[in-house]
Amino acid sequence: MSENITTLTDATFDEVIGSSDKPILVDFWADWCGPCKMIAPILEEFATEQSDKFAIGKLDVDANVATATKFSVMSIPTLLLFKDGEVIARLVGAKPKGALLQEITSNL
Amino acid sequence: MAEHTRVLIVGSGPAGLTAAIYSARAQLSPLVIEGEPSSTTDQPGGQLMLTTDVENFPGFPEAISGPDLMMKMREQAIRFGADLRVEKVHKLDTTQRPFRAWLGGDVEPSITADAVILATGARSLMLNVPGEERYLSHGLSTCATCDGFFFRGQDIAVVGGGDSALEEALFLTRFASTVTVIHRRDSLRASKIMQERAFAHEKIRFEWNTQVTEVFGDDKVMGLKVRDTLTEDERVLLVTGVFVAIGHVPNTTLVTDQVDLEHNGYVRTTMGSFTNIEGLFAAGDVQDDVYRQAVTSAGSGCIAAIDAERWLEAQGM
Repeated sequence: MSENITTLTDATFDEVIGSSDKPILVDFWADWCGPCKMIAPILEEFATEQSDKFAIGKLDVDANVATATKFSVMSIPTLLLFKDGEVIARLVGAKPKGALLQEITSNL
Repeated sequence: MAEHTRVLIVGSGPAGLTAAIYSARAQLSPLVIEGEPSSTTDQPGGQLMLTTDVENFPGFPEAISGPDLMMKMREQAIRFGADLRVEKVHKLDTTQRPFRAWLGGDVEPSITADAVILATGARSLMLNVPGEERYLSHGLSTCATCDGFFFRGQDIAVVGGGDSALEEALFLTRFASTVTVIHRRDSLRASKIMQERAFAHEKIRFEWNTQVTEVFGDDKVMGLKVRDTLTEDERVLLVTGVFVAIGHVPNTTLVTDQVDLEHNGYVRTTMGSFTNIEGLFAAGDVQDDVYRQAVTSAGSGCIAAIDAERWLEAQGM
């Protein structure tokens, strides 16, 4: 995984989201989720190509149920875009790179 | 100038990737347009990307996860020189040769091909009832392995009566309190072994002769309106999750008006993988409504690659 991607947990979530100086896109994923695997390489690319616009974090829902529940994640992959600690966009399901980027940047 | 390839493979499930492995080993440098990420349709890796354990693919006695199996097939195709691209073919013209393909965003076709192996697979059928679209990803799902986890301790339903419906139901018992299988007939289409497992499971119960007429809720699913197909009586089932597994439709949009289809919409193939269009071969679930297994799909991809190779040779191409 790219060093530009932050691994989030129930314990670190609030602190990382709260202290991010850029908008941060959080990928709610799990190891058993095929569509999550499809978008993982796209997020790796975003981590390099879009690093000036937004940061990227990943949260394994298997190990961090509390955070997944708190944000009503019921289907993965779910991408939540946070700005100043608030959710400003929710993207559910795997999508092509272009479509993902457009949905993210239109909300920034 | 469009890029020319001898063999264009559309799709990257077991059929497309096996065709890629064989064509690559036959020195045909196949181009594989894999499809684009999606949680519901013709995603790269195909329908196995939405499954968990595959227990019946020969060579994996301990089972292998669907996504892992597809990653391995992909690596194998790449190792022999197949050119794989995560893009989607939006239009295919098989009325003139070489065939022409348009990728996403193309105004002019960017690929021409001597032979095309269509391996676009199939996708889940939906119920087409009120509320279904509204609650997709809000309690309604077509992918138990993706979403089952979020239904811990809840009462949920699976709609359908085939192997996939029972596989989903059995998988969902890991999380849910109860799983109700809703089937519109009084017997299942599923294999005996799956039926036995499902009947024996204490969390699974069946609603026979029952059809879903509406999905309702507030911001999440709260229940289903159902109708008894014999008495026409209407009832409500209180469930907080619904998984739809009522069957599949072939992904034939690219060729619908060009190639002969069976009456049920699947691509008609004869003598292996030949379609009625010379140079167009079809493999996997797009032309198979009978077996629909990972291993038969892989086998049919192999058949298509060999058919295409011999056909190209006979054409002197």
